[in-house]
Amino acid sequence: MKEYNILTSRFGRSDGHKLAVYEQEGGYQALRRVLGQGDPAAVRETVKEAGLRGRGGAGFPTGVKWGFVPQGAEEVYFFVNADESEPGTFKDRLLLDYDPHQTLEGTIISCFAVQAKLAFIYIRGEFGWLIDRVQAAVDEAYAAGYLGKNILGSGFDLEVIVHKGAGAYICGEETGLINSVEGRKGQPSIKPPFPAVAGFLGKPTIVNNVESVASVPWIINNGPQAYRAVGTEKSPGTKLFSVSGPVKKPGVYEIPLGLPFREFFNDWLGGMVEGEQLKAVIVGGSSVPVLPAAEVMNVNLDYESLQQAGTMLGSGGMIVIPESCDMVELIQVLMHFYYDESCGQCTPCREGTGWLHRIVKKLRRGEGTAEDLDLLAYVCNGMAGLTICPLADAAVMPMRSFLGKFRPEFEALIRETAVAGPQTRWPRGEQE
Amino acid sequence: MPMNKPVSADQNPQPSAAVAAQIDALVARYPNPASALMPSIWAIMDELGFVSPAGVDLLTQKLEVTRARVQEVLTFYTMFRSEPQAQYVLQVCHNISCHIMGARTLIAHLEKRLGIRLGETTPDGKFALEGVECLGACGMGPCLQLGKHLYEHLTCDRVDELLESLRRGEVPRADTERELEA
Ligand SMILES: Cc1cc2nc3c(=O)[nH]c(=O)nc-3n(C[C@H](O)[C@H](O)[C@H](O)COP(=O)(O)O)c2cc1C
Ligand code: SF4
Ligand code: FES
Repeated sequence: MKEYNILTSRFGRSDGHKLAVYEQEGGYQALRRVLGQGDPAAVRETVKEAGLRGRGGAGFPTGVKWGFVPQGAEEVYFFVNADESEPGTFKDRLLLDYDPHQTLEGTIISCFAVQAKLAFIYIRGEFGWLIDRVQAAVDEAYAAGYLGKNILGSGFDLEVIVHKGAGAYICGEETGLINSVEGRKGQPSIKPPFPAVAGFLGKPTIVNNVESVASVPWIINNGPQAYRAVGTEKSPGTKLFSVSGPVKKPGVYEIPLGLPFREFFNDWLGGMVEGEQLKAVIVGGSSVPVLPAAEVMNVNLDYESLQQAGTMLGSGGMIVIPESCDMVELIQVLMHFYYDESCGQCTPCREGTGWLHRIVKKLRRGEGTAEDLDLLAYVCNGMAGLTICPLADAAVMPMRSFLGKFRPEFEALIRETAVAGPQTRWPRGEQE
Repeated sequence: MPMNKPVSADQNPQPSAAVAAQIDALVARYPNPASALMPSIWAIMDELGFVSPAGVDLLTQKLEVTRARVQEVLTFYTMFRSEPQAQYVLQVCHNISCHIMGARTLIAHLEKRLGIRLGETTPDGKFALEGVECLGACGMGPCLQLGKHLYEHLTCDRVDELLESLRRGEVPRADTERELEA
């Protein structure tokens, strides 16, 4: 088990947040180099060559996205997406907590690459303490001349605003995020136009996840080949996985992409806690299809392998489910979430998430029939791919996979309750 | 969210001049006035614990936005409040990872201790109990948020200790507060 610390070298330290420490360890050298060379296109090319793929969920190549900003655009905006609301995900929080300057340096370099003069770091409102930490780092960076006018004498100007969210999962979606900063409801917009062409205030805007941005300084310092030396051909580099559930060692891990799940689970996570057996794993955040234990044990943790296995790498929010968990109960929790967080613009999503939630609740009340399972599948078909943003798909993927992979549990519940009659299934406090 | 402030009996407090000045500074900082709406709402929330009708008036004046736009934003985001809140709003994550790690038991325990159901406020206005979605502490669950304070790895015993402290008016150190070198 080799340790990787492209992103996590200062994790766990009590001084890693300080500018002086970051500088001592080579921080802001990448920025100096980039500004010294003064060639934004070269930065874009380097990141493209490194093959860095967006860590926010979709895995789109970062350098390629940057290339979509129209050449010579006057006003360009950059957003660092620290909304981190995908259930199971808690990695960006650690990046910003232990090492805010790494993300900040990445932000400044990224802004130079796309010639943005104003960047927002959008942090979910629940991370109150983190907002203070990042703001403190931003203040330090201004004082040291890494932000503001004429950065390091290069003629490049950049302002950074730390923007606090206020509790809405959908603001993590990039157009929702942009609308939110414009002072509106955080409802996604129809694409195209893509934000890279027309985003914030109608101007070209790049939205990148914290982890994507945080990877940039290392790539500049060590070169694309060194980055490609880690990971697989199509999934280069390392990825943070945040692991929750009853494993011996939950937490955030930096692993080389392509690592076999079996190895990660046994050697890194230490397996399940005493008394629990592995039942299933959701590898990439609550929105991706679940894999039963027998299947997950054979996958490698990279974009292609997971896609082949019928799921997605997503945000790397890995949720480990023990044998002792009732899958119908878990899907009720998830359907409640998507129903709650649907922004309501698209009928298939607004109505569909409501139907899914209500049908699952009906099953759990003990009033389900076999037709309800067909109805769940039918509602899913009426949602997938038919909406403005992928939130509807994000609800459909777990629903379909729970139903597909754990159908006997749904059927058993219907059989049992047909005999036993309706009952309340939460300990107390029915979840509405 | 108000931390150590008693529930305001006043349903329509006026944001202070300091908050008004803060909003002016935000408007100057953001590229257009409307984009300063969320931080301006936060400025009012931080002082009053909610956005009063007088607060809405202030926002419409300073940001050149309609009342409808302010209301729309206030109601869309779950953290923004338009009414006075309980002194301590306990928000327990009931999403998947915390659920697996026992959030339900924790909620049941809190309901019993506080004598209220999820979604209710104690009659003295001191505690409210809410279920919220993932708080980004999934590996440290079950967890609970109280204003800026996040409490992780919770057990029924730890929750009892937390309630004890709050009844004494002390907000315990959050689990997110690490020992930091200055
Ligand atoms: C419903 C929904 C929620 C999302 N939440 C987040 C989030 O919390 N953080 C994030 O970085 N990306 C999130 N995304 C993905 C963003 O839309 C966007 O693809 C990403 O921020 C781009 O950054 P990247 O290219 O660096 O991955 C979400 C997408 C959807 C559809
Ligand atoms: S799919 Fe759902 S969340 Fe996305 S825009 Fe449509 S209604 Fe809103
Ligand atoms: S599921 Fe509870 S914090 Fe993420």
